[in-house]
Amino acid sequence: MSGRAHIMTTARHKCLVIACGALAKEIVYLRRHLGIPDEALELRCLPAAFHNTPQKIAPGVDALLKECRDEYDRVLVAYGECGTGGALDAVLEQYNAERLPGAHCYEFFAGAAQFERIVDADIGSFFLTDYLVKNFERLVMKGLGLDRYPELTSVYFCNYTQVVYLAQTENADLQKKAAEAADLLGLNFVYKKVGYGDLAIDLEAFAQGLGFSARQQQQKHSENTRDEDHVSC
Amino acid sequence: MSDEEEIILMDLNDDDLVAQIKDDLYDGLKDEVFEGVEILLERKWAANLILSDVLVEAMRIVGVDFRDGILFVPEVLQCAGAMKNGMGLLRPILAASDAQTSVGKYVIGTVKGDIHDIGKNLVGMMLEGAGFEVIDLGINNPVENYLEAIDKHKPDILGMSALLTTTMPYMGLVIEELDKRNILKELPVMVGGAPLNQEFSDAINAHSYGRDAAMSAELAKVIMGKNA
Repeated sequence: MSGRAHIMTTARHKCLVIACGALAKEIVYLRRHLGIPDEALELRCLPAAFHNTPQKIAPGVDALLKECRDEYDRVLVAYGECGTGGALDAVLEQYNAERLPGAHCYEFFAGAAQFERIVDADIGSFFLTDYLVKNFERLVMKGLGLDRYPELTSVYFCNYTQVVYLAQTENADLQKKAAEAADLLGLNFVYKKVGYGDLAIDLEAFAQGLGFSARQQQQKHSENTRDEDHVSC
Repeated sequence: MSDEEEIILMDLNDDDLVAQIKDDLYDGLKDEVFEGVEILLERKWAANLILSDVLVEAMRIVGVDFRDGILFVPEVLQCAGAMKNGMGLLRPILAASDAQTSVGKYVIGTVKGDIHDIGKNLVGMMLEGAGFEVIDLGINNPVENYLEAIDKHKPDILGMSALLTTTMPYMGLVIEELDKRNILKELPVMVGGAPLNQEFSDAINAHSYGRDAAMSAELAKVIMGKNA
């Protein structure tokens, strides 16, 4: 994956979603699921690796908005606050753009209430999503240097007690991989199928704002129409 | 396996040995740092001099290179592990030494809702290296813990840490509580953590914002009037 944002469509459109690369497949799926034509809702992504370097998120979003904000009527930034310490919200305010609610993707996938329940029950919860399970080696093991310094596992994870896999899809392979990840980190494993949570709700609201009757379109699509080949962020 | 000639630490003169220990700490070589410190002690170096001029100085360079994007978190943690190893040798000597005088007492803890302590531990280590007596409250501290520790230990400085955007506002709540109790005017509060910045620190009325571990220790010394 290059660090450069990827343009999903080439025509000029009025609405843009700027997303974390970790959400790209989910957004492409939901766009289709909600019946929004690709050309009506453009998607641009920033590198998912920013997950480990949140200080790069606000400048990355800022650069994209500077480049193209004027071309769109509405812009949805598919990030949570993501550890930017208010820097992302400050950028969005400048450009009259909105973002997803919550602190992290974990929160908007689980929904705020469920997320709070999980954390209240066990503050030592380390969250994984479909994307993070698929990319566990790259983002967690290599990203935290555990491939080079496995002895740092206890330094990073000594205060964690469990891995909570907030699954978007029902996938036995990913469940197995997530359980193995928990084992590798020496933590208990909890599996919760949460689907797309607030990401779906917000994209639907965004779509309705564009004049698409999302619910009608949803009936035409079933879960197995998912096409993941569409994304190349 | 490197084809470089193996360096025998014992054979080096003091200047070369100090330079080598700094290099070894930078490379995160725990055993080598331990051995180097051991040799300096055998050569009758004062423990506080080894701490300040060798270990802390090496870690300061690590901090600068981290800030400049040359080193990353995993490497810094390796360096910290090496420094901790060396400090393990010095700590009992310093504690037993008549010459040991604390620069000041520093209570530090991660705020409520947050279990991340890597940054806090690095700051604690650098403070200790700078001569502070550090009382570490650990993670997930409600305001009551800070108040109790202030009452019990009478610190010169209070430090709070947070890694999460969701938990950093809690620092503001603690500071408000200290203000209500008229503690704040007497007790400088330092804050730090990855999502923080100077603006946030100012907004919650903290005394100082520690951008990184080395800087935090320097600021703490300035607060104590040690190198203003």
